[in-house]
Amino acid sequence: MRTLKDNILRGFLWFAAFLTVAILVTIVGYIFMKGYRLINFDFIFGDYSPTGHGGIWPMIITTIYTIIISLIIATPIGIFAAVYLQEYAKQGRLVRMIRFATESLTGIPSIIYGLFGAVFFVTTLKLGMSIISASLTLTIIVLPVIIRTTEESLKTVPNTYREGSLALGTTKLQTLYKVILPSAMPGILSGIILSIGRIVGESAAIFLTAGTVAAMPEGIFSSARTLTVHSFLVTQESGDIELASAVGIVLIVIILVLNLLATFISKKLNKANY
Amino acid sequence: MNSIETKLNKARTGKITPIKQDSEEKAIISVRDLNLFYGEKQALFSVSMDIQEKEVTALIGPSGCGKSTFLRTLNRMNDLIDSVQINGDIVIDNENIYQTNDVIKLRTKVGMVFQKANLFPMSIYDNVAYGPRMQGLKNKKELDKIVEESLRGAAIWDEVKDRLKTSALGLSGGQQQRICIARAIAMKPEIILMDEPTSALDPISTLKVEELIEKMKKDFTIVIVTHNMQQAARISDKTAFFLNGEVIEYEQTDKIFSMPNDQRTEDYITGRFG
Repeated sequence: MRTLKDNILRGFLWFAAFLTVAILVTIVGYIFMKGYRLINFDFIFGDYSPTGHGGIWPMIITTIYTIIISLIIATPIGIFAAVYLQEYAKQGRLVRMIRFATESLTGIPSIIYGLFGAVFFVTTLKLGMSIISASLTLTIIVLPVIIRTTEESLKTVPNTYREGSLALGTTKLQTLYKVILPSAMPGILSGIILSIGRIVGESAAIFLTAGTVAAMPEGIFSSARTLTVHSFLVTQESGDIELASAVGIVLIVIILVLNLLATFISKKLNKANY
Repeated sequence: MNSIETKLNKARTGKITPIKQDSEEKAIISVRDLNLFYGEKQALFSVSMDIQEKEVTALIGPSGCGKSTFLRTLNRMNDLIDSVQINGDIVIDNENIYQTNDVIKLRTKVGMVFQKANLFPMSIYDNVAYGPRMQGLKNKKELDKIVEESLRGAAIWDEVKDRLKTSALGLSGGQQQRICIARAIAMKPEIILMDEPTSALDPISTLKVEELIEKMKKDFTIVIVTHNMQQAARISDKTAFFLNGEVIEYEQTDKIFSMPNDQRTEDYITGRFG
């Protein structure tokens, strides 16, 4: 009887795992089947032309721009905020409130951030519909993600490391830089990877702050179109699922490459693994 | 709260009088009327003790009696806990350690080895060189020399000399603990505090650490907390028996184990409680 129960449970676990993988494979497979015929050198590296099937190089560049700018701003702020909350701040009501706020921020739909960005960055700060407006909006979106994951990974750094380092006559800052942050680095990097996912996957907020100009951006102050926005507009305007799927394939590959890169860097940085 | 403040003032103004005149021995640590509170709860009651230079002093007593707490006041590790309040005097090398702000200097002078080996996720070399490096030492030759001396001092050089650049976390528990001792030695401290350094080790590793402690006492003053009364009897010159935050008896080790003055000491060392 007990072995039967065990087998049933095992079956359920297996089924759940199988289902998850199956869904993922189906979606990726579907997108791939739909779109792979359009993928070629000109499609990826060619300039966009409004007539017929132009390339998507401008959108790729725009997407990369938004990732880099958002992360350059959000990563240091997020890490420092998390370090403050976890290592320096007295654990009390204020810290609990800040934590509650960051947690709530992660749950807000991105369209709300988009509206805020459109009002504040685009209009009030007069940055216009531009890559920089979109990146600043995205910074606000990913900041709570980075803060939360960094805090969680700081929590996993054993207290004995802090004690061991401080007992050797080091300052708190030295302990932070030499022992705590390196130990927390894998967790911090996974937060950054999650953030890249959020940034690349975002469409509504970018749509409202960067606009939809389908041309090579001249700089970070020009309006432009990211891959997701492009995918959305193509589907909406022409119903061209094939083209949208091809863009989807490029998106998936970009995320995959960035994730692999982040994992690689994390391994390099995490000296415990050698 | 008020009572703590009055006690504090009283303790600060009180003069330091030696407990016992002993012309041959020089007290390197003098503790007078030390009271320690975790919030409202008092953990140490008026502890006074003179610890002699280049001797091994063992602190014994049942769990929760305050011996570890006391040990941690000697290098101010209790500062890490927000709720801790301390009054009384601890004088190390003619300097009242609670009246100076230079905790860094204190901790370079008073090293510590913890209950569980807490090596950093770095190589063996980097672990031992960590303290000197954080003091600003960059010279490779000098670091090499310090690392070798320290590892020899901790009687582990022969076991690890061929693998200095490999992860310290790959070593066995006993080896890790001796590297921890080497790491403390590398700072060339005067005093080394040990908080139950062998409680997580097997008997053979314990024996090695005990032999090491015997050897180290010609260069360092050692204060060791131990649960193991045989250990205290084997390695220490003086033993202090703690009970409920008070020092019940502080005497030569052979005396305390052969004819203790206090009935409670006798009950404890004969195993009637604890």
